[in-house]
Amino acid sequence: MNDISHSPSAAKATATKAPPEVPQESAAVPKMRAEKVSVHYADKQALFDVDLDVPENQVISLIGPSGCGKSTFLRCLNRMNDTIDIARVSGHITLDGENIYDKALDVVELRARVGMVFQKPNPFPKSIFENVAYGPRIHGLASAKRDLEEIVATSLQRAGLFNEVKDRLDEPGTGLSGGQQQRLCIARAIAVNPEVILMDEPCSALDPIATAKVEELIDELRENYTIVIVTHSMQQAARVSQRTAMFHLGYLVEEGPTDMMFTNPTDKRTQDYITGRFG
Amino acid sequence: MSEHIVTSYDEELRELARSIAEMGGLVEQQLDDAVNALLSTNSQLAQDVILGDRQINQMHYQIEERAILVIAKRQPMAQDLRETVAAIRISHDLERVGDLGKNIAKRALAIEDQRMNHQLRRGVEHLASLGLRQLKDVLDAYGSRDVQKAISVWRSDDEIDAMYVSLFREMLTYMMEDPRNIGMCTHLLFCAKNIERIGDHATNIAETITYLVTGKQMERAATAPSAG
Repeated sequence: MNDISHSPSAAKATATKAPPEVPQESAAVPKMRAEKVSVHYADKQALFDVDLDVPENQVISLIGPSGCGKSTFLRCLNRMNDTIDIARVSGHITLDGENIYDKALDVVELRARVGMVFQKPNPFPKSIFENVAYGPRIHGLASAKRDLEEIVATSLQRAGLFNEVKDRLDEPGTGLSGGQQQRLCIARAIAVNPEVILMDEPCSALDPIATAKVEELIDELRENYTIVIVTHSMQQAARVSQRTAMFHLGYLVEEGPTDMMFTNPTDKRTQDYITGRFG
Repeated sequence: MSEHIVTSYDEELRELARSIAEMGGLVEQQLDDAVNALLSTNSQLAQDVILGDRQINQMHYQIEERAILVIAKRQPMAQDLRETVAAIRISHDLERVGDLGKNIAKRALAIEDQRMNHQLRRGVEHLASLGLRQLKDVLDAYGSRDVQKAISVWRSDDEIDAMYVSLFREMLTYMMEDPRNIGMCTHLLFCAKNIERIGDHATNIAETITYLVTGKQMERAATAPSAG
């Protein structure tokens, strides 16, 4: 028998517990802001009037079924769509309040500030050292050899790869395992000291251990960088991001705190997608 | 709600909800029997209730295992996640209600040779009917995913609390009047306390249903009843 309390006043001790509502993080000035962004590939419109803020030092994940426009949107953020002849971008995107589609803006410099990591690890066919050193060198970030070595070591350390490769920096980057190659690409991206890192399904080609390492890394990088990640793994979005944006058929359907999106989304399309009801 | 692309996932969730309904029905029956055993001093019925609790515990484990398997296999999200977590929580509350019913049955055995005061008997009977009604209503609310009904169960808990307090005072009076009443009254007091606790579990389930359907925790401020 557990019941030793005779006192009626103790009667409702456990029945009326209800945790206080968690206050939502107030949105600070966004690092990047997209307003009415539309993208056409020739005659086909792939993205429709997307308004989205990318908050500083947070991870925002973009989710949605294949062909929903999330990667298209991601590529707008560092003008990677410029490389596609038939792509036409309209609308307004700012980085720290500055229009990134301004004609006077140097695209190479933009891509140094807004770095990118791709789905498949794509190290250059060069040594591990050269993979990381390449960016800082062409951007003139290091004047002496020692500076360059320092940048390479720091970047590899930040990417959590240094200890695994420090004795073989001269070996080709392509000789590393898939997970190591992806972290090498992340080291390469952060070597030029970007402010925003875009990641397009960075773990889809990795095993669970390598994925865990990259996710751990994303969490650490958040301190110094703003991260936008496209992912097909709902669990990954739930784990790594603070905010989540759901795309469907080229529209931004819903955007909000990740915790809310995965326990109680407001839009039925989000609900259906994350619970596996349509593909 | 439309169906999952993976049909076996739907089946697993349906099975989980069906098991909760089945367990709820069993717990209701056990509680009804326990109260009858107490009021009619039927020791055979009391024995049956005590033995029957094992089956409830068994169902509790099964539901928990099934829910854990769903989490491991499907990584449920949103509504599905709430559905799975609700099954775990409700089966836990039902298991506790089963235990409380078993305790009442044990008390029934302990007082079977004593004469029960008519007034007290009616008091316990009334309290028990309130408890049973709460349990039945909240299980109905689960079956139909009816938040309004769950909230009304949650609010009605006041009635049980008030009834319990008045029964408590009454028994206190009897015990002070004649110390020979102490034995019987103590047993009945425990039974009343058990029923009052069952009411609390019904409110827990009502809260779980609200969360399951709306995705929001029941707000304390908006619905809190006055202290009992």
